[in-house]
Amino acid sequence: MNIAAPGHGNSTKPIIRPRIYWEIADALTLAKRNLVQIPRIPEELIFSTIQPVMFVLLFRYVFGGAITGTGTTYVNYLMAGIFAQTVIFGSTTTGIGLATDLQKGLIDRFRSLPMAKSAVLTGRTLSDVVRNTFVVIVMWTVGLLVGFRPQGSILAWFGAAGLLLLTSFAFSWISATIGMAVRSVEAAQSAGFIWLFPLTFASSAFVPTQSMPTWLRAFADRQPVTIVVNAVRGLLLNKIDATTIWEAVAWCVGILIVFIPLSVRAYNSRTAR
Amino acid sequence: MANQPAIIAEGLRKRYGTTQALDGLDLRAEAGTVLGVLGPNGAGKTTAVRILTTLLKPDAGYARVAGLDVVKDADALRSQIGLAGQYAAVDENLTGYENVEMVGRLYHLSGSAARRRADELLQRFDLVDAARRTVKTYSGGMRRRLDLAASLVMTPPVLFLDEPTTGLDPRSRLGMWEVISKLVSDGTTVLLTTQYLEEADQLANHIIVVNFGRVIAEGTADELKTQVGGDRVEMTVGPGSDITRATEILRPYSVGEMAVAAERRHLIVPVAAGAQQLAAIIREMDAAGIAIDDIALRRPTLDDVFLSLTGATTDAADLTTAPAERPLAGSPR
Ligand SMILES: Nc1ncnc2c1ncn2[C@@H]1O[C@H](COP(=O)(O)OP(=O)(O)OP(=O)(O)O)[C@@H](O)[C@H]1O
Ligand SMILES: [Mg+2]
Repeated sequence: MNIAAPGHGNSTKPIIRPRIYWEIADALTLAKRNLVQIPRIPEELIFSTIQPVMFVLLFRYVFGGAITGTGTTYVNYLMAGIFAQTVIFGSTTTGIGLATDLQKGLIDRFRSLPMAKSAVLTGRTLSDVVRNTFVVIVMWTVGLLVGFRPQGSILAWFGAAGLLLLTSFAFSWISATIGMAVRSVEAAQSAGFIWLFPLTFASSAFVPTQSMPTWLRAFADRQPVTIVVNAVRGLLLNKIDATTIWEAVAWCVGILIVFIPLSVRAYNSRTAR
Repeated sequence: MANQPAIIAEGLRKRYGTTQALDGLDLRAEAGTVLGVLGPNGAGKTTAVRILTTLLKPDAGYARVAGLDVVKDADALRSQIGLAGQYAAVDENLTGYENVEMVGRLYHLSGSAARRRADELLQRFDLVDAARRTVKTYSGGMRRRLDLAASLVMTPPVLFLDEPTTGLDPRSRLGMWEVISKLVSDGTTVLLTTQYLEEADQLANHIIVVNFGRVIAEGTADELKTQVGGDRVEMTVGPGSDITRATEILRPYSVGEMAVAAERRHLIVPVAAGAQQLAAIIREMDAAGIAIDDIALRRPTLDDVFLSLTGATTDAADLTTAPAERPLAGSPR
């Protein structure tokens, strides 16, 4: 080790900017950190893509023939559900990533730095939105290959994509709260997933809710996944329903209003080990 | 912060379930000095470092670092401290360079300053060749050095190092000591926990020994050694020599408790004026026809201090006490 003079020079002074600037800049620094890692561990992204592809193939070819009453081809009906499920399942990487950072002691380091408090969480949720965008593009392609034919305007399709990413972002914050609350990466993994199965399957994602028993339908018709799926479906199939879209947006905003402060609080009170 | 200590803590308490990790810990480090924190596993060293670096809130007590309260002024304090925790907190999937640069950005350096700092620090810690590899491929010692590099991005006025040289090879350890000494000579205050007593001896101006979350001894390395005892003569007599006779010869030289291990023909005698006495003892033994296999004047090391203070067991089981005397604290080598 050679002993260079430590940099007491002026240029190693921190830059002074308003707080909001650093909330964003620090979050972007950390989002970048997460994103550069994705190509370095490609298996993670590959597996999180394979799973929804399997769902597409299974539903399209195994269950598809038996499901009726969708008012369009089953694959056209299915894809909105697949997109929603993909981004919602994909949001669990947020909690897993945070729990991993906690276990590795990285959160301790971040918390000892004079950086914006929310940045670790915002950075992670943002990078997961980017990651989810990629997966949605892959799913779109797979859908086209198995006969998915979106209708209506391209603008509406972008609207659907925007709504899906908002959903991804909102569910990432729920996942972040779980990741900061549990004691291990494994727990973040299972606790993050388990409740999503009933939520996505007891919805209009894969089958029309009319086929469900009344008590289940009462739940399915009102829960956020159904509302997001219906809104996205409308946008993709040229049956736009403004009320449903606003309801879906309201759900996402509501989730953000509740879970951003919750997860920030959990972050501030947690340290590793 | 001319007159006030760089680090001061009073009555820190922290409890985990039924474990009282800190039980009224007091400590103090003057600006520009090194405070060494010694203590066995589980003594509460890491807990204290966590509190002083704002990661943990104490249940009771208060602490100020660089004049700032660790709880009330936590936000302001974070720009005044650097921390290298006990476990290297580096991102495995980033390169060494990316890790340090990211920390620079999070300290709110400009992009160019962060990059320049990363280059300087990687060079200083001998990591230039590995700078572009992901940390996953680093050895434990390399991670440790990278972690330290990251904690020095801002050359903060107060630096906390939790076992900084654990897992380093001797060359890296010496290099680390040089880096720390250089920082201190430039005015940085360092709080250093360590298991290597030699490290505390080398670096620390002031040492506290912690056990069960409390300070059980403190002072300079020399003061602590004197607390355990001064110089002593350790002697092994030849096979078949008269140990009783040897003990009698030594008694007048002893200023404290003498210890005799008859089976090993080993005697330990605390003495006042080391060197001359050694010569006199050798002459007397010679005159009495007692063969000496080995004789040495030994100062107590911090290891002796540590073991005697923290009540660790010694290998003194075979030491029988000379009449009316108790065995010495500390273990003969
Ligand atoms: N998060 C925690 N939950 C429960 N107990 C804890 C926690 N952190 C520390 N402890 C306990 O508090 C005590 C002090 O721990 P600490 O890590 O401060 O010791 P230490 O002096 O750093 O030890 P070592 O030399 O092994 O690093 C130990 O008994 C430890 O088990
Ligand atoms: Mg420790």
